[in-house]
Amino acid sequence: MDFQLLVDIFPQVLLDGLILGFMYALIALGYTMVYGVLEFINFAHSEIFIVGAFAGVEILLGLKGAGWLDGLPWPLVLLLLLLAGMAVSGLLAVTVERIAYRPLRSAPRLIPLISAIGVSFFLQDLIRLVESIWRNAFNLVYPTLDALNLRFELTETIDVSVKSIVVIVAALGMLWVLHLLVNRTKIGTAIRAVAEDQAAASLMGIDVNRIISLTFFIGGVMGGAAGVLFGVQYGLINPYSGFIPGLKAFTAAVLGGIGNIPGAMLGGIVLGLLEAFAASYLSLLTGGAFGAEYKDIFAFSVLILILIFRPKGLLGEIVRERA
Amino acid sequence: MNRYPVRLALVLAVILGLAALPAASNLDAQGKGTIKIASQSPLSGGQAALGEGIKLGVQLALEKLKGGLEKRGFKVELVPFDDQAKPDVGVANAKNIIADKDIMVIIGHLNSGVAIPSSEVYKEVNLAMVSPANTAPDVTDRGYKNIFRVCGRDDVQGPVGAEFAKGTLKARSVYIIHDKTTYGQGVAEFFKADAEKKGIKVLGFDGTEEKSNFDPIITPIKAKNPDLIYFGGIYEQAGPFFKQAREKGVKSKFLGPDGLDSSDLARIAGKAVVGMYYTSVAGPASLYPQAKQFAQDFKRKFGRNPEPFAAQAYDATAIAIKALEAVTKGGKAPTRDAVTSAVRDVKYAGITGTVEFDDKGDPKKAVYLVLQVGSEDPAKWNDNKAARILTIAAPRKK
Amino acid sequence: MIRATLAVGVVALSTWAVAVFPRSILVFLLFQGSLLWVYLARIPRWLRATLLAAALLVLMPLIGSFNGYYLEVATQVGIFVALALGLNIVVGLAGLLDLGYVAFFAVGAYSWAIFGSPQANQIFGGGFPLAPGWFYVFLGVGLCVGAATGVLLGLPVLRLRGDYLAIVTLGFGEVIRVLANNLDKPINFTNGPKGITPIARPPVPFGLPYSEAFYFLVLLIVCVVVLVNRRLEDSHIGRAWEAIREDELAAQAMGVPLVRSKLLAFACGASFAGVMGVVFSAKQIFINPESFTFLESIGVLAMVILGGMGSIPGAVVGATVVTVLNLQVLKGFSLWLNELKNAGVTVFGMSLADLPTQLEPAKYERMIFGMILVLMMIFRPQGILPARRRARELGKP
Repeated sequence: MDFQLLVDIFPQVLLDGLILGFMYALIALGYTMVYGVLEFINFAHSEIFIVGAFAGVEILLGLKGAGWLDGLPWPLVLLLLLLAGMAVSGLLAVTVERIAYRPLRSAPRLIPLISAIGVSFFLQDLIRLVESIWRNAFNLVYPTLDALNLRFELTETIDVSVKSIVVIVAALGMLWVLHLLVNRTKIGTAIRAVAEDQAAASLMGIDVNRIISLTFFIGGVMGGAAGVLFGVQYGLINPYSGFIPGLKAFTAAVLGGIGNIPGAMLGGIVLGLLEAFAASYLSLLTGGAFGAEYKDIFAFSVLILILIFRPKGLLGEIVRERA
Repeated sequence: MNRYPVRLALVLAVILGLAALPAASNLDAQGKGTIKIASQSPLSGGQAALGEGIKLGVQLALEKLKGGLEKRGFKVELVPFDDQAKPDVGVANAKNIIADKDIMVIIGHLNSGVAIPSSEVYKEVNLAMVSPANTAPDVTDRGYKNIFRVCGRDDVQGPVGAEFAKGTLKARSVYIIHDKTTYGQGVAEFFKADAEKKGIKVLGFDGTEEKSNFDPIITPIKAKNPDLIYFGGIYEQAGPFFKQAREKGVKSKFLGPDGLDSSDLARIAGKAVVGMYYTSVAGPASLYPQAKQFAQDFKRKFGRNPEPFAAQAYDATAIAIKALEAVTKGGKAPTRDAVTSAVRDVKYAGITGTVEFDDKGDPKKAVYLVLQVGSEDPAKWNDNKAARILTIAAPRKK
Repeated sequence: MIRATLAVGVVALSTWAVAVFPRSILVFLLFQGSLLWVYLARIPRWLRATLLAAALLVLMPLIGSFNGYYLEVATQVGIFVALALGLNIVVGLAGLLDLGYVAFFAVGAYSWAIFGSPQANQIFGGGFPLAPGWFYVFLGVGLCVGAATGVLLGLPVLRLRGDYLAIVTLGFGEVIRVLANNLDKPINFTNGPKGITPIARPPVPFGLPYSEAFYFLVLLIVCVVVLVNRRLEDSHIGRAWEAIREDELAAQAMGVPLVRSKLLAFACGASFAGVMGVVFSAKQIFINPESFTFLESIGVLAMVILGGMGSIPGAVVGATVVTVLNLQVLKGFSLWLNELKNAGVTVFGMSLADLPTQLEPAKYERMIFGMILVLMMIFRPQGILPARRRARELGKP
């Protein structure tokens, strides 16, 4: 075993894990927002997330087709993509809530779950249908923005690209905005009130339906932004590529304590780091007997262990059994 | 509860009414003189792009080549099935296929994991299956009379890559990545075994189901700096991997199997894959004139470039049609037994070289090409040059 | 009396129709519908039992000899019915959300696959595969291995509730699948993604063809599972499960042993899946990890909830509806459209043959399935055949 190698790559793996973690965190926010208010797993969030990525790539391809891409400064292009992705995903999330979840609000909790799974299947192939008619291809590639691909070599084995920094900055910024929104504004108070007790909130003059729509919108907006960043960071998207990151992000949300916003962030980062270290180090440490293919097992085993010792997740409040 | 029978009665009545429709059209279609060719591949779900390529390859071949059969008075139809890349769906479809007496040949599947259980069903009625994409040795090594393939075998393609790595590239070290599928891992393992035998140092052998984020895998590769990276898998996964590897400053050469043979790889990875090598039985336009024709026809008809295995699907269908033509000489109605034995006798020069089957159903002699990507422009994919050509017979059963 | 005549008539009519149109999928659907009719119709018990037994034991294999595809559909329906009934215990009765149920199915399937094929030689050196007769022993082994895995999963997660439990079971399901996919090295247990083949099939009495034999075997197992379920539901332990589902604290206060009851629920549910896994591997001859993905777990869960949570007939009907929808109705529909296309039918002045390939109906089966799931949940949230107790709870008169 090459000890020097393990040490050399450590900072790079740490960085890789953080970037992946922030990506999970952004998606996980969508799960956690909705869960916090409705106690319901929005399984279709992974598709809402990938729709954002598709909205972004369409804008980008449109700009490229019109020949404007080289003329515009890259932060403006990125902002445009993010806004498009956020708007489309936010509206989609609200629409899905209105059609597929609202009629089921009083039903037992597993009923909307199945409805969400149905929506997930439906949206995957709907995206595919639309894109195959529109572009005759449903595997879309984000055109590269050269400025985003710039890399800074810190040492021989460590380097960081502009787009990775963008992901981290965007994720932190959105968490901060979300934090302000939920804790410092009237809307945020209303959201928290609805999460606490829907009936009481409506007695206090809060329009519960509107607040729930708004919650879905915010979750969708986060998902859309994550989708665009996902596309920019990794390059290739297809209608089915939201599913696995969605599942991981859901895991991250639970790991952090579902319904808890800082928890989703923490859970995402922990999961990202676990995966990165497992994928990079397992093969080196075991001499090739176990390799990167075990990263999910490793991540899930740690998840199970954490949940055994903290059954409500890392930051989940330990409430007394309902009294 | 008591309202159920009433409602059910209504539903049943509607169904009964509707039943007349397809029943009628069924009877119509079963009139003498219809020959159906079925295709099975995933048309929905994550592997749909490749599965659709196979279906379109079959469709194109059928439309171009069915004239001879139609002149003899047969109606020729394509029946596409979606196996969803799931073995249980594939088997159910297979039962449906053998129940339709007009289906004479089946072209499929994409996944060996679906092909193997489904072919057990085709075998019951000796229905010929010509596979465009199943490279796992087990598919033909079971020795069934009705199973054929026009694509290569993992245990040939892997060693071809290793031979090229040692003989032409003079690689001293290699890092192997595969996608944890039957196909990718299969070909990667054979590559590894042969590379080790030839004295190439294998620095790592990793599988991953990851589709987007390869950073954690690339980091150790970069630190170990191999001469060559071998990727056993499909272009959709290899594209982002190669792109991210080059972006991270990995300088190694790239090599892979025929799953990488798609202009979409250039679209995804751009200049990262310029200079990459891949092994394939499907030749470039400069070697096989039909290949150019095929690419143009495909593009004209479906508006995009063919996916990997679409050319193989085209050839598989062409072979099936040749066999059907041989059987129906003089307007005789074909039988499944006759078609199956006729497929074995077909000798056909197609896009993927001249195909002639041995007694297991493998191509007797496969011409393997090692091609090099020449340009980052997807439109120029067909101009990729052959770096080396090897002719290898399928291995005998151990 | 009218109802009785009607019920007999419907079954007879639909059987006749299947015999006349052996290839029409809708007619076969009619036959399946008539069985549901017989089950629901208010006719004497003995008549209902006779009709169902005749249909399942005589007519179905008879139809299957015309068209093997229908028998395959029926067999897969049986396999999924057993899975849905097993999951129904965990989710429907005990209220423990399990998103990784297919793991138990996988464990059962691999237990026979490894020993019923030359694969075991890789581990123990030689002497395998076992004689095909061992298959029947392995039905028991599958049961035990499934139950043991269920307990193994149950032990660490007993403290978790609701969605935390869901995510752990999801993780467990993935761990089992990824293990199956990766345990080809350092020691080759599962042969990894390449899968295991050939898996031995059991010796069959009376020289029955395999497809018929597997149909009867699956039918037999389903009958046993239904019986066990019905006995369990009204037993001491069944009531304990429902108490836990409704209110864990109250149940505990009433003296329900939480740990034992929950473990039993996991073990019972898992054991059915284990047995069916053994049957599945022998029926398929070949298995690899692709059959045991997360989507399969989701599919079984959808069956349970679609049919009506906690209800035995519900789980049976839910599994039947979903399987028939996926294997038969949606497939049949796209085949039918394909036939119309080949025949050059025109709709609104446009020939279907010119339909662009992007709109190929076979590609959108899953989209339609998703839509049906949503519509079912919105318009019939209690499920197709809800449990009586739950139906009362939902308060629909």
